[in-house]
Amino acid sequence: MSSTHSSSLGRDAWLRLRANKMAMASLFLLAAVALISLLGPLLCSYSYDQQNLDRVFQSPDTTHLFGTDNLGRDLFARTTYGGRISLAVGLLATLVSLVIGVTYGMLSGYCGGRLDAWMMRLVDVLYSLPFIIFVILLMVLFGRNFLLLFLAIGAVEWLTMARITRAQTINLKNAEFIEAARALGYSHLRILFHHLLPNLIGPIIIYATLTVPAVMLLESVLSFLGLGVQAPMSSWGSLIKEGAEKMDAAPWLLFFPGMFFCLTLFALNFLGDGLRDALDPKSSKD
Amino acid sequence: MRKLIISRVLQAVPTLWVIATLTFFMTRYAPGGPFDSERAIPEEIKIKLQSHFGLDRPLFDQYLLYLKNLLQGDLGPSFKYPEWEVSELIATAFPVSLTLGLLSLLIALMVGIPAGMIAALRKNSWVDYLPMSLSMAGICLPTFVLGPLLIYALSTQLGMFPPLGWYGPADWVLPSLTLGLFYAAYIARLTRAGMLETLQQDYVRTARAKGAKSWRILTKHAARGGLLPVVTFLGPAFAGLITGSFVIESIFFIPGLGKFFVTAAFNRDYTMVLGTVLFYASLIILLNLLVDLLQAWLDPKARQEK
Repeated sequence: MSSTHSSSLGRDAWLRLRANKMAMASLFLLAAVALISLLGPLLCSYSYDQQNLDRVFQSPDTTHLFGTDNLGRDLFARTTYGGRISLAVGLLATLVSLVIGVTYGMLSGYCGGRLDAWMMRLVDVLYSLPFIIFVILLMVLFGRNFLLLFLAIGAVEWLTMARITRAQTINLKNAEFIEAARALGYSHLRILFHHLLPNLIGPIIIYATLTVPAVMLLESVLSFLGLGVQAPMSSWGSLIKEGAEKMDAAPWLLFFPGMFFCLTLFALNFLGDGLRDALDPKSSKD
Repeated sequence: MRKLIISRVLQAVPTLWVIATLTFFMTRYAPGGPFDSERAIPEEIKIKLQSHFGLDRPLFDQYLLYLKNLLQGDLGPSFKYPEWEVSELIATAFPVSLTLGLLSLLIALMVGIPAGMIAALRKNSWVDYLPMSLSMAGICLPTFVLGPLLIYALSTQLGMFPPLGWYGPADWVLPSLTLGLFYAAYIARLTRAGMLETLQQDYVRTARAKGAKSWRILTKHAARGGLLPVVTFLGPAFAGLITGSFVIESIFFIPGLGKFFVTAAFNRDYTMVLGTVLFYASLIILLNLLVDLLQAWLDPKARQEK
């Protein structure tokens, strides 16, 4: 927004988004959660893995804001640490799925013809696979490798992205500005990434915002099954699992990580809806 | 319609073959084996066991043998429980998961569709806002948070239902509620959106002009088109119910197929893992086909395209 020549689409979208109270509230909520998670170590004098067996199952008070767990570890430190992990997984795995999906979809839509038909057939077949079962299998068989987690989740989530990108590409590829670029003799690569991609940004951003919560949910399901992040590290999913096991003795162990996780998902979903309305006013619901 | 069925069946065969191959080599190349338990087995017994199950033969021979048996519908014996066939284990565990899945789906449809319809009919009133806010909350409350909360509230505090296990109908309530409410939230939103769009159509206006009651318009005229998004969602929902049941079975200690599968993978029970994966895959392919048929039946346009 700094330059006066900034695209009017971006500015219009920003104005529309600002008018949407729910979306703005979500944006602030997300910023707050991210900030608390990032600044966690500065706000709290305990580390996430520091045990204190004299102070187990302490209920929330002024020394331990969120209480402590069965090993006397400070829950605030663990929740913010888990937040950093969960948010990182959400963003990075979404990025993986974004890169695969957008490239695949653009290529398929732009080339068209038989290649397109085959590429989309493949997506259809992959859609019908019990992918989650493969992710679980992968995590069980090859140990709980952090990198594997990103790759596995990213590999599952790119399919819808590819479909959306392809549909948009087909809509645009015969537009006049693409024809003009072709007439100027630009290479296909240049047309794809310089001319086409900027016009796909809207739907990509919308869908990416909705992918982040889906990815975070998948990560937490894996962590909940004991296949994700391993102790003493934590993610919101693994904390919720611990909390669920000990909720009779210490309900706060379930409450705080659960609250952070649910609020984040809530905000991301509302922000995604708001972005859809802002970036693509035509398709806005009702 | 017939063309759709035939093409799907033809497509299913290579799909299942790819899945079988992938899973076979993935499990085999993973570290560990079925007889590496904590309790050390004497070396000669281990060798005997391995030769009994054919694990000493070249890997590719084992693969061909597995495919050959598979074509005859034989999933082989479980490595961990040698007295059981894999198919017997699946036959014992799957009905439990199926009961859970069907009950959850029933709850999801019975809560979600009416809520969405009422919300669409009285748009922007409190019967719209209340269920829609609740459903947003439902979507953002994952099953593994809702489940423990329900146990805490309805079982620990009020003592209404047993917290764990799977012995009788009383045990069914909490797990199916946990799984069902999540999908009810989704279905309510989809129903509302679909209904709002259909209610603006000309044929609905015509029906209204002819003096049809609004309830009749809703159930008779608009439902068919308005519920299409819900039907489309049923495909992914089935797959989700299966995954969801993994989590639910682990929260409530239910002896369903999801629990068997994870245990089998941990134990490196090769045949059991392969058998379960193939079973799930066939199930999902079959359910996707059913959803597509249902969709074609509801939507004449889609019928012609296919």
